[in-house]
Amino acid sequence: MRHDALYTILFSGAVCVVCAVLVSSAAVSLKEDQLRNAALDKQRNVLFAAGLADPAEDLAADQVQGLFENIRPVVIDLETGQATDIDPTSFDQAKAARNGETSRVAPPNRASVQRLPHHALVYEVLEGGDPSLAVVPIEGYGLWSTLYGFLAVENDASTIRGITYYQHGETPGLGGEVDNPKWKAVWQGRKIYDESGVPALRVIKGAAGPADQRPHEVDGLTGATITGNGVTAMIDFWLGEHGFRSYLANLKERQAR
Amino acid sequence: MSAAYKKTLLDPLFESNPIALQVLGICSALAVTSKMETALVMCVAVICVLALSNVSISLLRNFIPSNVRIIVQLTIIASLVIMTDQVLKAYVYEISKQLSVFVGLIITNCIIMGRAEAYAMQNGPFDSLLDGLGNGLGYSAVLMATAFFRELLGQGTLFGEVVLPKVSDGGWYNPNGILGIPAGAFFLIGFFIWALRVWKTDQIEAEG
Repeated sequence: MRHDALYTILFSGAVCVVCAVLVSSAAVSLKEDQLRNAALDKQRNVLFAAGLADPAEDLAADQVQGLFENIRPVVIDLETGQATDIDPTSFDQAKAARNGETSRVAPPNRASVQRLPHHALVYEVLEGGDPSLAVVPIEGYGLWSTLYGFLAVENDASTIRGITYYQHGETPGLGGEVDNPKWKAVWQGRKIYDESGVPALRVIKGAAGPADQRPHEVDGLTGATITGNGVTAMIDFWLGEHGFRSYLANLKERQAR
Repeated sequence: MSAAYKKTLLDPLFESNPIALQVLGICSALAVTSKMETALVMCVAVICVLALSNVSISLLRNFIPSNVRIIVQLTIIASLVIMTDQVLKAYVYEISKQLSVFVGLIITNCIIMGRAEAYAMQNGPFDSLLDGLGNGLGYSAVLMATAFFRELLGQGTLFGEVVLPKVSDGGWYNPNGILGIPAGAFFLIGFFIWALRVWKTDQIEAEG
């Protein structure tokens, strides 16, 4: 069918307007549900990292709330590692990292972290009132995307309980295997720091062997060398001197007292 | 229902299956078929998008200027896909995370563009609806069959329920590793195409 140019432009414009209205009204009306899902998903992943819930099971929202009663979210000062009185329910670490007043330019790092917030949100898993585990957020660049996750560390400040990623865009089946429960299970019992207190944990090529013999190595993922390097880099950075090292040291000290 | 309508709806299942005969939409067929649950959600999403895009494009077919028709079709398809993605994120968040980019990639699924261009631009809305549903079902039939074998033989489960207990969990079944990875889907789809052409010999292309 032949039409003149004006008709074509008007028709295209009309299609665009109608489609834009439909798409944006869907996005706006569903936003609340999506945000609630995302928040719940984050809480679930804290539980998975801490080994308090099995990812294979479906956890309802109220079950998550129930399990969260023994978990204390705390906003800490990254430099001193001390708890602050900032309200954890309203604290948004990603937002804090974007704001010039609440963050600084991150020191050079291989995890491609651009800005480092002054404060961070951690989750302390309580056992008889004392924290037995700390779940700390980690993020860094893999092959295609930034991976966001949690690492659960025991209160000896070095032994890993678990790891989980709640958001990433790595290749399904290759780098996306960071979600694989078998791979995540390999992390349990590995140690973050060497004798001098420097993060020494590496994702290596091939299989790492049992945790008591190879405490600083984690199995590589086939076909995902760069994602694996990214995971190593983010452990290096977030558990290092600019990250949660002083917080974990504090946690350990609190137990000793 | 008249015979013509029935033909429009059911032909894409075996006579002109979009995956097996036209070899369209293979990418997602490899990617989301490791589990039946994700495959099912993907199928529902594709059927919805395909039916709605066919109907809307058919309704507009006499008004779409032919020199911009592909762009108009893509705009409509893209809008439908984004809305589908939003709905999945709001109501089945876990599965939408597993499907990750593949819901967005429905936009580039050749089946949808192909049906819009080849059918909806020439036929009325009701025929186009049936054509969309039929092709969606044809796509789904292959996807679900692939996912059935991949999940059963690759992981020993169906819809997450254990059917063949794995050796690693104390059972007797040793899972077939190749069906766990996307390459396994290639072999399965190859077998389906073979079986279909043994059954319907007129689908075999002339040689040479």
